[in-house]
Amino acid sequence: MPVLEVNDLSVAFAQYESGLRRKELTVISGLNVSVGSGEILAVVGSSGSGKSLLAHAILGILPGNARLAGTIRYRGETLTPARQAELRGAELALVPQAVTFLDPLMRVGRQVRLAARGSDPTAAQRAVFARYNLPPAVEKLYPFELSGGMARRVLVSTAVVSGAQVVIADEPTPGLDEAALRETLGFFREMADAGRAVMLITHDIEAALRVADRIAVFYAGTTIEVARAEDFADTGESLRHPYSQALWRALPRNGFIPLAGFQPANCNLVAGCSFQPRCPRAATECAKAEPPPRVLRGGMVRCHYAS
Amino acid sequence: MRLEACNIGYRYEQGPWVLRGVNLDLNSGEVVGLAGPSGYGKTTLGRILAGYGQPAEGGVRLDGEPLPQTGYCPVQLIFQHPESAVNPRWRMRDILREGGSPGAEVCGELGLRPEWLGRWPNELSGGELQRFCVARALTAQTRFLIADEMTTMLDAVTQAQIWQAVLKFSRRHELGILVISHDQNLLKRLCTRVVDLVELNRGSCS
Repeated sequence: MPVLEVNDLSVAFAQYESGLRRKELTVISGLNVSVGSGEILAVVGSSGSGKSLLAHAILGILPGNARLAGTIRYRGETLTPARQAELRGAELALVPQAVTFLDPLMRVGRQVRLAARGSDPTAAQRAVFARYNLPPAVEKLYPFELSGGMARRVLVSTAVVSGAQVVIADEPTPGLDEAALRETLGFFREMADAGRAVMLITHDIEAALRVADRIAVFYAGTTIEVARAEDFADTGESLRHPYSQALWRALPRNGFIPLAGFQPANCNLVAGCSFQPRCPRAATECAKAEPPPRVLRGGMVRCHYAS
Repeated sequence: MRLEACNIGYRYEQGPWVLRGVNLDLNSGEVVGLAGPSGYGKTTLGRILAGYGQPAEGGVRLDGEPLPQTGYCPVQLIFQHPESAVNPRWRMRDILREGGSPGAEVCGELGLRPEWLGRWPNELSGGELQRFCVARALTAQTRFLIADEMTTMLDAVTQAQIWQAVLKFSRRHELGILVISHDQNLLKRLCTRVVDLVELNRGSCS
């Protein structure tokens, strides 16, 4: 049984257009995803496409004008906002993108101790700092005094000391050099190997493939495919969805072939399949009906014609 | 044309040298990669080459002359984060024409949609904004482009779209490009040669 299971999730925002006229903008729709213990699931999609909102929805920290539908289950139990508040920081932890998520006026050692469970938070914090090669003096620093590398390790530390069983990392890798990238990805692999369920949200498919067990490809507010990491190989024939194949073939090492067109920003903009205007295989049926998710070759795909 | 960094030295006040004795040259139509770990001064060198920073020692030469201090700079820099490279109070139409008017051809190749022109920067995604920043820099007067982690924040499809458009422009206009990136595969794909700042630099970082 998966530790975390998201079914048919939708997130919409109420926006004021002009004056008191409101419209609703759907940014996630019909999204299904699950993570098991000991597993890293990467959620890969373009930046600004709303995949961070998935993390925020799971943790129950969406802004007040968001409307949420669908179910999120933790160990089989359907989460309510009250239950999310209890589990947040205890069983479900977020590794945010940047130190701007920390309290700028509190020393980082104290912030990590606040996240720690158990009888001796100070010992827990010191042990995790030692594990991540952070010198003891770092606990007395404020967030702005940290170098980029230290900041990343402090953010990872907050998730580890909490003992949370589900760790959600939001874009932890952009702009890292090779050594830092290897180190950061190693932290997440280690967490998963210790039995946690890790969800890695990123736009960087190369980074995801180096460490993830399964990849969920996010497009226009939903997951259009869930594949094993091994499916991303050769010319991409093992991939189920034409967008996943385009993503794979656009990598600098695989031909650097650009797919024309754009992702719709709003889930309701395109009738039928949201990828249909850019799809090389699109047929009349694709513009009529949105393809439902179906199981295919040990993964999931939302495409009428995938085989 | 030829863009040269001659014996560049840079430091903050009396601090340690970030860059020292750096020599680099780039010819028209050439695509050169600049690699090196974080904190070694790649961005600092890119800023100096585009005239955004003054070196403490040495200088930048364009066909033997210093960079022009007024008017349009023929060396244009593209930043990693387009959100902080555009004026949030301007509409995209004005942002695009900030330095001149980019040709219809390059705007088309970058996939700029006419309906985006009336929008504000916060109404576009990072990939859409970066296309505007690239188009803005590719006017007929631009001779060299410094691409500092230009597509690091973007997904693979958008990255390939933007680079293919820039390479086309480069072939048409003999544009010289310096690609600053951590992505070895990207450098291998784009560049005729790659220089490592660790080897060029005699500053304290190396």
